[in-house]
Amino acid sequence: MVAPVNAPHIVKAFSEELEQLSADVSAMGGMAESMVADALESASTRDAERAAAVVLRDRDVDNRERVIEKQIIRLLALRQPIAQDLRTCISALKIVNDLERVADLAKSIARRVPTLIESDPTSFAVAVDRMGKVVQSHLNEVLDAYATGNAEKAIAVWERDDDVDEHYNALFRELVTAMADEKSMIEPGAHLLFIAKNLERIGDHATNIAEVVHYLVTGADIAATRPRGTRPTAFDGE
Amino acid sequence: MTAYEKLQAGASVRQETLYHPVEGSYTTKVATKNVTVHYGDKSALNGVSIEIPACTVTSFIGPSGCGKSTFLRSINRMNDTIDNARVSGSILIDGEEVNDRNVDPVVLRARVGMVFQKPNPFPKTIYENVAYGPRIHGLAADKDQLDAIVETSLRKAGLWDEVADRLDQPGTSLSGGQQQRLVIARAIAVNPEVILMDEPCSALDPIATARIEELIDELRENYTLIIVTHSMAQAARVSQMTAFFHLGSLVEYGPTEEIFTNPRDQRTQDYITGRFG
Ligand SMILES: Nc1ncnc2c1ncn2[C@@H]1O[C@H](COP(=O)(O)OP(=O)(O)OP(=O)(O)O)[C@@H](O)[C@H]1O
Ligand SMILES: [Mg+2]
Repeated sequence: MVAPVNAPHIVKAFSEELEQLSADVSAMGGMAESMVADALESASTRDAERAAAVVLRDRDVDNRERVIEKQIIRLLALRQPIAQDLRTCISALKIVNDLERVADLAKSIARRVPTLIESDPTSFAVAVDRMGKVVQSHLNEVLDAYATGNAEKAIAVWERDDDVDEHYNALFRELVTAMADEKSMIEPGAHLLFIAKNLERIGDHATNIAEVVHYLVTGADIAATRPRGTRPTAFDGE
Repeated sequence: MTAYEKLQAGASVRQETLYHPVEGSYTTKVATKNVTVHYGDKSALNGVSIEIPACTVTSFIGPSGCGKSTFLRSINRMNDTIDNARVSGSILIDGEEVNDRNVDPVVLRARVGMVFQKPNPFPKTIYENVAYGPRIHGLAADKDQLDAIVETSLRKAGLWDEVADRLDQPGTSLSGGQQQRLVIARAIAVNPEVILMDEPCSALDPIATARIEELIDELRENYTLIIVTHSMAQAARVSQMTAFFHLGSLVEYGPTEEIFTNPRDQRTQDYITGRFG
């Protein structure tokens, strides 16, 4: 289901404010997304300068969140939105909260980069990078689902949540084994573990956003219609 | 079945439960089937069927001229008083047909009271405004009982404290909000089962409106209320069920919460969110 194109409001400014809100949330999504990309890139290319720039950008995202929150509070107070308009406002409020966390996590990854560079490169960096690509694609798709009001796309991301968990669990096991086997692995391994953990949490936020987009478009709760745990197998055709 | 089709199937199950507003079971107080109203040869209402639960507040919303007042008036046969109005279809209250030949409209209108947009107290004292109905329906055996009915009704309407010492003054000497509560007391005095309200707060300030809304919420315990309102916020605040009318038809009916967060029909959505439809 794709959100129907709605007729404009009789009060034109109201339509414009809602459009502006969605555009601003998408723009903030773009900021968070590029922070994740650059943090991963700086880790894989061992580029401390680039990592430092990511850390600085977190403040812009925080500011953007505050501005958007104010916009939403103003809309709620002055326009008293209902139905889909209310969902638009509440969804924006939830999504910017997730995006702010995503940017924070990207910052945490970037912060690790200087010390990571000090230790020897390991073959595990490639696996972490691969996990990063998966998380990035989830984030990218869910933001696209938001911008285009596409519930199916949001469901697709939501259903692939387990991919990230599987990557993380596998990586965790391998890293811990390697660290137990070899003392020199402990330091880089610890950094990579932290990075992987942060990526896993970014994946969780992408999943949260998928739920919100689904609610925004359909008015229904994904989880209520498909209980967790039965997900991957329950819907693969029968 | 694709994942999304399943999701949709799940959603339609939810839609079926739309018509069960109250937790657990409820009884239907007013049930209409195919109610159609014409004024002369112009049709104003095209086959409205609805089940209104007992002891709940149901609001009727919709653009001006869509037939809300017409439908409300058909429930207590007020349309009988309009010369060129013709009503067909069935209207059951507790399963009894109100359009039945044996039903006395005067008795029916005591069972189904009505409150209008403009408060319309009789040109009599505050006391007489409330005592009139119980007296003509023979509800009080003596003066003491009548006094008691007047006091109880004014208390239920939340007006007693403001008028107890001036019962002999004209009803019209009260403020608009007080007059509206007086009219509600008058409706309550004859022990109705259903109270119909047609835009009862449209002439009132926010404080008087809040008092009427609070009163509506209290009355719900014992009465079935149906309220026509142009204020979406009011419908959302006071009612458990909402019905949306458009061009003489009932378009959507369901729990107020559903209608205001996730209406199913595009016309409902456009109307309540203030869009061009
Ligand atoms: N007494 C009447 N004679 C002729 N036509 C009437 C009469 N009363 C209502 N109508 C017509 O019937 C239609 C429905 O009117 P109704 O008063 O029920 O609308 P409504 O939904 O209550 O509107 P509003 O929100 O403006 O009060 C309108 O087209 C109106 O012009
Ligand atoms: Mg009317």
